[in-house]
Amino acid sequence: MTVRIQSEPFDAGQELSRFTTQTGNVGAVVTFTGIVRSDGDNPVTKLMIEHYPAMTERAVALMVDAARERWSVTDCLVIHRFGELHIGEEIMMVAVSSAHRADSFEAAQFLMDYLKSRAPFWKKEFRTGTAAWVDGKLEDENALRQWDSEL
Amino acid sequence: MTSNQIDIVYFAWVRERVGHPRERISSRATTVMELIDELRLMGPEYEAAFADIAALRVAVDQQLVTFDAQVGEASEVAFFPPMTGG
Repeated sequence: MTVRIQSEPFDAGQELSRFTTQTGNVGAVVTFTGIVRSDGDNPVTKLMIEHYPAMTERAVALMVDAARERWSVTDCLVIHRFGELHIGEEIMMVAVSSAHRADSFEAAQFLMDYLKSRAPFWKKEFRTGTAAWVDGKLEDENALRQWDSEL
Repeated sequence: MTSNQIDIVYFAWVRERVGHPRERISSRATTVMELIDELRLMGPEYEAAFADIAALRVAVDQQLVTFDAQVGEASEVAFFPPMTGG
């Protein structure tokens, strides 16, 4: 199990390749990669991600522990960046391995839902002439309900 | 009544409204809500930051809690908007 909170860019392809090599004899690896996206009439030019260093790693580790209790997971990797990020850069990735695909798919979805709304990260979007903090979304909050977890 | 030294930390727009990321205060609060009442008295920037409690989240000693949580023994309390990771 690996959790990395870092400002440096990472290469999701290389990370996946390393993860798959290290995880050993599994039947399934599921990954999700989040990428900085530009949209709208006045598109996002960059993101600043703030986090709570004293809390972040522990909060994410608790999510990984909860996923391992719930599903038959062989290994997990979570990488999440903070600081300044530009369009097209990878923000974060989750990789989960297991004997069968259902465990990896569901554990990855669970981790993503919790990382969205329970890991102490805050995104600020910069557009030409303006900057604004991203609001938490009700749909992200609702996504947690399906898991009915104590986290 | 004894007072407790608590480090208060702020993130995202809460930090911007308060004007600084961290401070140590002397508090007599027993719950998060009482602590917020004390902070609101510290100036208009605090009133602005704590105007709408529904827009805030709180962690006591790095654990997410609700506003009725105890802070009597806490060493660090953090205030921030809903998290937007991922």
